[in-house]
Amino acid sequence: MIDALASLGRYGLSALANIGRAHLLLLGILAGVPSMLARPRLLIAQLFGIGVLSLLIILVSGLFVGMVLGLQGYYVLSQFGAAESLGVMVSTSLVRELGPVVTALLVAGRAGSALTAEIGLMKATEQLSGLEMMAVDPVRRILTPRFFGGLFSMPLLAAMFSAVGVLGGYFVGVGLLGVDDGAFWSQMQAKVDFHEDIVNGVVKSVVFGIVVTWIALFQGYEATPTSAGVSRATTRTVVHSALAVLGLDFVLTALMFGE
Amino acid sequence: MAKMRTVEILVGAFMAAGFVALFFLAMKVSNLSAASNGDGYALSARFDNIGSLKVRSPVSMAGVRVGRVEAIRYDQDSYQAVVTLRIDPRFDRIPADTFANIFTAGLLGEQYIGLDPGGSPDYLADGDQIEHTQSALVLEQMIGQFLFSKAEEGSE
Repeated sequence: MIDALASLGRYGLSALANIGRAHLLLLGILAGVPSMLARPRLLIAQLFGIGVLSLLIILVSGLFVGMVLGLQGYYVLSQFGAAESLGVMVSTSLVRELGPVVTALLVAGRAGSALTAEIGLMKATEQLSGLEMMAVDPVRRILTPRFFGGLFSMPLLAAMFSAVGVLGGYFVGVGLLGVDDGAFWSQMQAKVDFHEDIVNGVVKSVVFGIVVTWIALFQGYEATPTSAGVSRATTRTVVHSALAVLGLDFVLTALMFGE
Repeated sequence: MAKMRTVEILVGAFMAAGFVALFFLAMKVSNLSAASNGDGYALSARFDNIGSLKVRSPVSMAGVRVGRVEAIRYDQDSYQAVVTLRIDPRFDRIPADTFANIFTAGLLGEQYIGLDPGGSPDYLADGDQIEHTQSALVLEQMIGQFLFSKAEEGSE
């Protein structure tokens, strides 16, 4: 009985310690901003690794998600004689929810796991210790550019996901199913609000960008420096990011759109 | 160094594409291009029942949107709803005896205010009130009236 209580206490304390270390790491990352601004090339290389290399999966997924929304939305809406509202349905669901959330999940799987593995292996092969030996702070030099690379890439990728998705929905709805071209765009423009929908979607994806990269960097930095440890850290990155994104999405949606 | 240059170009293209996508969403998908918030002049109208009219619902004349509903409040003294309309400044010649109706777009569509111009030589200006209004048609009331009149016919 006492043992069970003790193990529960140990679990809680270690969870709290993890949260504390994660915040200290974030502070260290933010303290590296001036030195990152002095070497913008480090950031550019990370924007390439996280943003540009994720483009293909984001664009293709966005197109298909938009096309599926077009098909399914048409099926439901045509039963109410409201097929002209297809544009509204496709664009609001993409801009408000699917764009930021699916992009965050894809980036967590595509770039977040790569970040964790990279940093975990740097730790395992003692490259991070090597940097410290040369009086270079590995957090500032290695983690800060990666953090901001993810932070800046995420909203851009989410915007592209939504834009391509709307075009996919347009292609299916107008091109294949015969929804009126003018009604598709005009109803969409009448109902989608710039501040209410699009700015809130961008805010969501910025938050997701912070959370996903933060989790990936923390897991990599804290990984046990063995091959098994790095593999566990990579798995944790994907699982924790997915849970954090979906949970935060509910909170953000309730704050933004809940009455 | 040539490798870094390619990376820079690709990152530049990526960021440009991201901003183009945001611009596309702002201009083509949302109503930012058509937004005219704040400017224009305000008219008010009193309705006995506004149905499901909402703030930002369109105000149209002859089917063309001339403004939006800016505010809706309830007047406790007259038991009426007071609706403030924000009319686009381009449409500055609305006759003083204009009739304001609440219509429904389609059977289940959203409600909007339709203005029927009168014949007065005077025009409404900022802050004026539209005197002639007609409330929203509530479907349940219409069905109720219809059933009631049918029942009366049957009893004769």
